[in-house]
Amino acid sequence: MLEFVISKYNFWIYVILMMIGLYAMLAKRNLVKKLIGMNIFQTAIILFYVSIGVKKGNVQVPIILTEHGHLVKAIRAADYLNPLPHVLMLTAIVVSIATTGVALAVLILIYRRYQTLNEDEILAIRQQRRETGA
Amino acid sequence: MVQQFPALIIIIPLFAALITVPLGSFNRRFCHPWLILVMAATGLMAIALLGQVIAHGPISYRMGGWQPPWGIEYRIDELNALMLVLITGAGFLGAIYSGASFKKEIDGRQTMASSLYLMMITGLSGIVITGDLFNIFVFLEIASLSGYGLIACGGNDAPLATFRYIIMGTIGASCYLLGVGYLYISTGSLNLMDLSRLLPELYHTRVILTAGALMLVGIALKMALFPLHAWLPEAYYEAPSTVSGVAAPLYTKVAGYLMIRIIYNLFDFHFFTEIFPILEVLGWLAIIALLIGSLYAIAQTDLKKMLCYSVIAQVGYIVLGIALANRAGFSGAILTIINEVCTKSCIFLATGAIIYRLGDSRITSLGNLFRRMPITMLAFTVGVFSMIGIPPTMGFFSKLYLIFGCLEAGHWSFIAALLLSTILNVVYFFRVIKAACFEDPRPDYQRTEPYPEVAVEEAPASMLLPVVAAASAIVLTGLGSHWIILNIIRPIIPAGF
Repeated sequence: MLEFVISKYNFWIYVILMMIGLYAMLAKRNLVKKLIGMNIFQTAIILFYVSIGVKKGNVQVPIILTEHGHLVKAIRAADYLNPLPHVLMLTAIVVSIATTGVALAVLILIYRRYQTLNEDEILAIRQQRRETGA
Repeated sequence: MVQQFPALIIIIPLFAALITVPLGSFNRRFCHPWLILVMAATGLMAIALLGQVIAHGPISYRMGGWQPPWGIEYRIDELNALMLVLITGAGFLGAIYSGASFKKEIDGRQTMASSLYLMMITGLSGIVITGDLFNIFVFLEIASLSGYGLIACGGNDAPLATFRYIIMGTIGASCYLLGVGYLYISTGSLNLMDLSRLLPELYHTRVILTAGALMLVGIALKMALFPLHAWLPEAYYEAPSTVSGVAAPLYTKVAGYLMIRIIYNLFDFHFFTEIFPILEVLGWLAIIALLIGSLYAIAQTDLKKMLCYSVIAQVGYIVLGIALANRAGFSGAILTIINEVCTKSCIFLATGAIIYRLGDSRITSLGNLFRRMPITMLAFTVGVFSMIGIPPTMGFFSKLYLIFGCLEAGHWSFIAALLLSTILNVVYFFRVIKAACFEDPRPDYQRTEPYPEVAVEEAPASMLLPVVAAASAIVLTGLGSHWIILNIIRPIIPAGF
């Protein structure tokens, strides 16, 4: 069992991180904490992608050397890390930053409207406003 | 030139969105004609692409000249071409509508809203046009992010609704991304066509099972399939009229398109009936969705809120068609998508026009509306007929094919549920029509003197025109349904049915 956990430790880490994020999104009543949970959730997936591109042993980052337009040495895929998942994650990081930015802007709007960021309090205020017809 | 249309149809709205900002800060009044111009151009390109695909078969466009599966391939067959026409068509109607509607509801913020509007169209068209799974994720997020921004412009409680949508939407996109990661680990490819060739050998591994499950859950969240629908009603209710009139017809349907691609193109559907029998579950979820959505809709006292629940019910129809996994069911799902885009733009835009004149959309305040806004209400009624399924509207043919599909699959209980939900549709829509016909919900039958004259006050022509256009699209697609089935749906019916 222990060996199973250790040999696939990157997967365990990302699953644990993801569950922490999911828990924060579901259980926390403060909207900023929910947002932090969402960030942890996204980061877990980014880490998962980054870890699958890694190889053990004597491998290099994929910088391919050429001289006068010819390869310096023959390329063996086994000698290099897989760059594709990392490149994909550059895009995913941008997406996650954009999402965080939009969410923070929306949180500012929410705070201006209700003077609080606690979901229970906001719902109570909304109920109150609806009853008074405001 | 025509060869470059697949790339241009994405690039033009994308760059136009960037140009909108300086143009709008120069003079805000330029935004509206600019939006119409851009949407007209993309709409014409989409129609040209559809014509080309019908005449010459699927198009494969290589972004930057890189060979698939290494480069990003834009693959257009009848299904994406149809979706492109629907997206740009609904976007075009929304663009015409936006002038007066934005001015009334979000005056002063038209520039940014128009820019986001074009971003939304870019994202939605991107999702349907690309044949690369990671590219789909990126476009999914472009569409969602611009959607968040547009919805947050709306009414009083819009920011809270948007925040919930952001959380749910991000979970959905992340699940999808994780699923794509698993597929990448086991095959080393991201190209949809390439993967569909590589995957069958791996069907019995647990990685592929997990990948399929994660992707479907992610898409179901974006699609607001019951029980993952909670974000939708609030978000579309609070959105500005133009936004709900474009987002409600498009977002969930584009997610439905993705579900069709995943179940029938990426995987072989036998995978979902035999190895990982999820289609049965999806079918039952769809039935629950269409009943619960209709019941919730009956419980609403506000017209726009009611329509939002009706969106959830309609998602049920699409998923039902997908889950039946036979010829008629598959055709029914696609016909429902067409019907939904036309009908929901018609009804939501008409509701926006009503809100423009009345200031709110409570059903009790709709009295006498048939005399005050005759054209809007006529278009609304055509939309209602299509929702219920009265020939010759598209809704009739889509339901007919779904029922054929249920018959073929031998699911009698599904047919009963479909018919029951049709009756529920009648109940909740005719309540609205009744309220709009009479001055008073309980008319005085003993009355002998004539009713007082009511002045006609329609919404401005730029808002009325899209409503009428959408209503005529409902009837035209209904009358042309035979042509659609022959030329668009028949070529894409998956092998093995």
